[in-house]
Amino acid sequence: MEEQYRLELRNVSKNFGEVQSLRNVNFKLGQNEVVGLLGDNGAGKSTLIKIVTGYHQPSSGEIYFNGERVENLTVPRARELGVETVYQERALAELQTLWRNIFLGRELTNRYGLLRVNEMKRETNRLMTESMGFTSSAVDPEAKIATFSGGEKQGVAIVRALYFEAEIIILDEPTMGLSLKETEKLVKFVRDIREAGKSAIFIDHNIVHVYNVADRIVVLDRGEVAGEFVAEEISLDQLMENMIKIAETGTF
Amino acid sequence: MDTQLEQPDSITGRLQLRRYLRANATQLGIIAVFLVVWLFFIISAPETFLASRIYRAFMSTVPFFAIIAMPLTLAIIAGEIDLSFGSIMAMGMVAFVLVYEPTGNVLLAIVAALATGTVIGLINGIIVVGIGIPSLVATLGTQFFWRGASLVILSGSGAALADARGSGVYQALVGQAIGRIPNQMWWLLLIAIFTWVLLNRTRLGAHIYLIGDNEQSARLMGVNANRTRLVVFAFVGTAAALGGVLASFHTSYFWPSLGEGYLLQTLGAVFLGGTSVFGGVGTILGTFLGSFIIGAIGAAIVAIGLTGFWTELIYGLILVASVAMHSVLQQRINR
Repeated sequence: MEEQYRLELRNVSKNFGEVQSLRNVNFKLGQNEVVGLLGDNGAGKSTLIKIVTGYHQPSSGEIYFNGERVENLTVPRARELGVETVYQERALAELQTLWRNIFLGRELTNRYGLLRVNEMKRETNRLMTESMGFTSSAVDPEAKIATFSGGEKQGVAIVRALYFEAEIIILDEPTMGLSLKETEKLVKFVRDIREAGKSAIFIDHNIVHVYNVADRIVVLDRGEVAGEFVAEEISLDQLMENMIKIAETGTF
Repeated sequence: MDTQLEQPDSITGRLQLRRYLRANATQLGIIAVFLVVWLFFIISAPETFLASRIYRAFMSTVPFFAIIAMPLTLAIIAGEIDLSFGSIMAMGMVAFVLVYEPTGNVLLAIVAALATGTVIGLINGIIVVGIGIPSLVATLGTQFFWRGASLVILSGSGAALADARGSGVYQALVGQAIGRIPNQMWWLLLIAIFTWVLLNRTRLGAHIYLIGDNEQSARLMGVNANRTRLVVFAFVGTAAALGGVLASFHTSYFWPSLGEGYLLQTLGAVFLGGTSVFGGVGTILGTFLGSFIIGAIGAAIVAIGLTGFWTELIYGLILVASVAMHSVLQQRINR
């Protein structure tokens, strides 16, 4: 019997009008695995992610979750299937309060359809202190996101993903705009994801960051999978060399 | 380590006060503006503003546009605008007249008016969401279209509503049930509370704030931005039709120009109340107080001794000044 992947894309292509953003991409994410996704701007990383999160529908190809084919994947459906995304900080609503951002798009309601505001504020407090190590006095659920630092914003995005018990956590350029210390915290967080038996896709420009946390590294180039490496079987230098070759020739 | 526990109460108290001020800066600002303006009126024209008569007058006329300002606040928070509500008021009354004249049934006619308003609002929404035309331009166009339509359908003539005065519905809408407070004031309160709950205590309301703030983020998180917009536009339409019915009942006559002249007051109320012209920020309390400030200004201009010619000038000034003030304040708070 075939190994069951948590997520599998088979021959996925995506066109935006004339532009082919992804071409016959095969992508697998195992149980308990962190896959690093590398590639230049326009290589198709974002498109791939947006297909997995249900934001874009593939032009052709198939998507499998835990071995079962899923058609017409939408954002809410992907969330039900346990996909959570930590987008770059721009995916927060800056003028809104912390608690609204944590529960963005998935607000808790009572049986009359009314928001459980106090509970959401309480949960926000708990999550920020327990998961992110803030002291309770530093957390103000009513604070607006615009007043947060880059690292704090990233922290909010991560807490948001954690709270909803994701199975697959996608981190889209998570180290962008972070200080060194904040980056270390993030790397630890990704390792925790694996420890907790979950899977993650880690996208970054920084090869070192990706190499440090990923079990497997997939390189996209011009919409195609140009290389796939198991981190344990390759040194960072070799990976770098291959990346340069891919950038020049499209293969290694 | 939690050092917070050892801090004296006064420090945590001060921290909480600061947080409270920060979280409610816009609302506290509008309350302050309200009190200052009110005080100014009382000092300038004490014989007018210390008598109860003027307040009954406000409660009688302000609700007509304040009722529309409530859902309009939602639209502007969502990053949209509706300039066509004045014409929707008229179209709602056209539907009212068309049903009322043959049937004599006031309630049925009101239902027709509200339904017409809702459908026109929905059409605005469809133009904006479905075709992707910015709402400023789309509703500028529909404003003229529906004004024209209302004139064409009734050949530019009005309709007397004096016969309807006897009906219970009429009394319930613009009569006086409790003391000498006009009933339209109660309707305004009811709609204000309803809109507040919708905005602050439902997912729809949360999504209204989100799409006005960062639509891409809202969509990435699975918010159905288009459906949210449609609901908001439809709600503006319903409220506009209701405002039109109330205003016409109040004068016992449907004027085909109904709704003209409401644009400035209603938008002024929303912006003065602290709703951001950039979307994502705004409160119902702000719009409520803003409506009464705007309503009082009209009376005050006359009471202070200026001619009515000043009214538009001052409304326009308030609109621009309040938008500018809140923009500057907002930038300060977020820095």
